[in-house]
Amino acid sequence: MSEQLALLPGYLTAHLQLTLLALLCSAALSLPLGIAVTRVRWLEQPVLGLAGVIQTVPSLALLAVMVPLLASMRLRSIGFLPAFIGLTLYAVLPILRNTVTGIAGVDPALREAARGVGMTSRQQLWRVELPLALPVIVAGLRTATVWTVGLATLSTPVGATSLGNYIFSGLQTRNHAAVLVGCVASAGLAMVLDGLVRTAEVGLLTRRRRLVGAAATLTVGLYLYAAVTLAAPLFSNAARPVMIGAKGFTEQYILASVLEQWIGRETGRAAAQMQSLGSTVAFDALAAGDIDIYVDYSGTLWAHLLGRATVGGDRATVLAEVGTFLADQHDIQIVATLGFENAYAVAARAADAETMGLTRISDLIPLGPTLSMGGDFEFFSRPEWVSIRDAYGLALSEQRTMDAALMYEAIAEGAVDLISAYTTDGRISAYDLRVLEDDRGAIPPYDAVVLVSGRLMREWPDVVAALRRLDGAIDLESMRAMNLRVDVEGIDPSTVAAAFIATLGP
Amino acid sequence: MIELQHLTKRYGDQVAVHDLSLEVAEGELLVLLGGSGCGKTTTLKMINRLIEPSAGTVRVDGDDVSRLATHELRRRVGYAFQQVGLFPHMTVGENIGITPVLLGWTDDAIRHRVDELLALVELDPETTRDRDPSQLSGGQQQRVGVARALAARPRVMLLDEPFGALDPLTRGRLQDSFIRIRRDLGVTAVFVTHDMVEALRLGDRIAVLHNGRLVQVGTPGALMRQPADDYVRQLLDTPRREARLVDSLLSDMAGRDSG
Ligand SMILES: Nc1ncnc2c1ncn2[C@@H]1O[C@H](COP(=O)(O)OP(=O)(O)OP(=O)(O)O)[C@@H](O)[C@H]1O
Ligand SMILES: [Mg+2]
Repeated sequence: MSEQLALLPGYLTAHLQLTLLALLCSAALSLPLGIAVTRVRWLEQPVLGLAGVIQTVPSLALLAVMVPLLASMRLRSIGFLPAFIGLTLYAVLPILRNTVTGIAGVDPALREAARGVGMTSRQQLWRVELPLALPVIVAGLRTATVWTVGLATLSTPVGATSLGNYIFSGLQTRNHAAVLVGCVASAGLAMVLDGLVRTAEVGLLTRRRRLVGAAATLTVGLYLYAAVTLAAPLFSNAARPVMIGAKGFTEQYILASVLEQWIGRETGRAAAQMQSLGSTVAFDALAAGDIDIYVDYSGTLWAHLLGRATVGGDRATVLAEVGTFLADQHDIQIVATLGFENAYAVAARAADAETMGLTRISDLIPLGPTLSMGGDFEFFSRPEWVSIRDAYGLALSEQRTMDAALMYEAIAEGAVDLISAYTTDGRISAYDLRVLEDDRGAIPPYDAVVLVSGRLMREWPDVVAALRRLDGAIDLESMRAMNLRVDVEGIDPSTVAAAFIATLGP
Repeated sequence: MIELQHLTKRYGDQVAVHDLSLEVAEGELLVLLGGSGCGKTTTLKMINRLIEPSAGTVRVDGDDVSRLATHELRRRVGYAFQQVGLFPHMTVGENIGITPVLLGWTDDAIRHRVDELLALVELDPETTRDRDPSQLSGGQQQRVGVARALAARPRVMLLDEPFGALDPLTRGRLQDSFIRIRRDLGVTAVFVTHDMVEALRLGDRIAVLHNGRLVQVGTPGALMRQPADDYVRQLLDTPRREARLVDSLLSDMAGRDSG
């Protein structure tokens, strides 16, 4: 718990920066727009309609979609910017809608009285319509505040640090303390910010200047803090740390820590992690130069980037083709092959395998219609699955998509009969599962490779040299053991990484 | 001075005001009289352009109002609304002082004027000034509405049943005050009422509307002597008819009590 709490100031600050800036921009956008809509009536339907459509996009998808969108505009596509834009857009609707409703709801007799006493249309707005609409507008602002604080936890997969880092990594590594800290901190922040808006409102409605002043001072203070902490890196002379990316599962957290600690030990350079990135986000981030290093798997790149999930790729060929492709198309280099494969595999309960005589995937063919299978979020839509299905002509009774961390529980409880396992997963033995042999060679090899950006190659040769020394350093058994210690024993990934580094000799 | 020339207001097929031509001389008070829905409020609102006429022109002090900036016109013309329309987010004092604020009066001048007007409409400045309008009775709110219309010392006033919600005694006293103010300031006013006695007391002239048309306009005496038609005759006869009714009711009761 205490090591989790040590991360709190950093995560909370990042969360606060995102939330406050997104809310500010959203309000700056929606309030004038809402007012404009009440002045130019034909704007109302299209504007509210558009805001409504944005709202119907699932929040996680809205944030994720920002990554390729920004990349296509040659903007920084990973980190603060996509999260900030996504959150800003999301907060538009509640503020906009309530501004329009609030102003439209002002008693027409009072509008007329405002004109009658000689107000210009601007004075009508500021002196009558806005004050009378205030409670409704503030209600929208409060909704937006609470939503934004909550949604900001979803910024983690697009590379923006937030309290979501606790939640995403905590859920994957079964660290309940981390999840709890993340949720409590985010809920607490939502309550504090909501309370601030509420206090300002009560102050305004009851004309208590001091209350308004206090709320305003606190708000301005928070904004100053966010602005200063956000701007600080721009003015600091400290060398930019080497950025290491990690996708959102246990092995990636461990490997990112291994790389970070290894670089620190071998070169003395500071390295930092950007964790829990979406699978394609990590690659895009490297290609865009937002991160410098991450570990991917040859088969994944082969299937997704080269569109080649088919049979016939032996380890060396796949590696060579992927390497050439990355270098030619993306200025990305493979500097080390870690020494283990983390392949997709089909796993069954060992007891079932025994009774039904299952050793190979082809043994499933006659049983297919009686079996159900669980897969992680990606599996059933990945080219590898298509390849397996077609190579074996598999027809299953049911395919269920679920969180990777929960698949093992599901098969152990008998909710599914097969799962898409990863060969390095320590839980294969812990849950007493058996990996079925891919006897028709439908699944490509998945060598873990360290990818680095062209810039890192040119600017930090010492880091590259250090990374090259990791070639072949991690065999399947070591990786499986490390995963097991995190997933089953609940040990922190960085602790496991440190123990591994210690075994690497001077 | 107010001149209405061929003023017409249509809502779709319905005609609210039809070809109305009237003149209110400098310092004169014209009472607009007529049944519910006959177009009194519509006429009043066309004068300060809260309603745009379908046809016809309005001149205030010789200026065609359609050529004036509406907010400047309205700051010159005090308007007391039939539905009062006090701003609920402002205190009573702020409501009364609003037009002076818009005109850029000093805080001191405004405060002084607000207290003066509160006293004039028989509300205690000390206890009323900082209250919310919702804390006042209907009649008290109506008086604040009249004070708001008077605030910037307008030379032209439009009053839509300003004393309608008051008890007869308070109404009588406020009518007296109003007559005094008008004489002192030389206010030109159009005053809508349903109350015949009020019309006779305050009106220099009375204009009778019926179904959006002007039926007759003239001094109370002229209307009494030569009503244009039955409608006008009945309308002007109302106070006497009511007095006769009261007399006969009282004598009936006296008969019953003694019998
Ligand atoms: N916005 C509107 N749309 C359609 N018709 C309207 C509108 N405003 C007023 N009218 C109609 O115009 C006519 C005149 O209305 P107006 O308010 O001037 O009556 P009034 O003489 O003030 O009546 P009252 O004594 O009841 O206040 C009425 O028949 C009314 O229904
Ligand atoms: Mg009326």
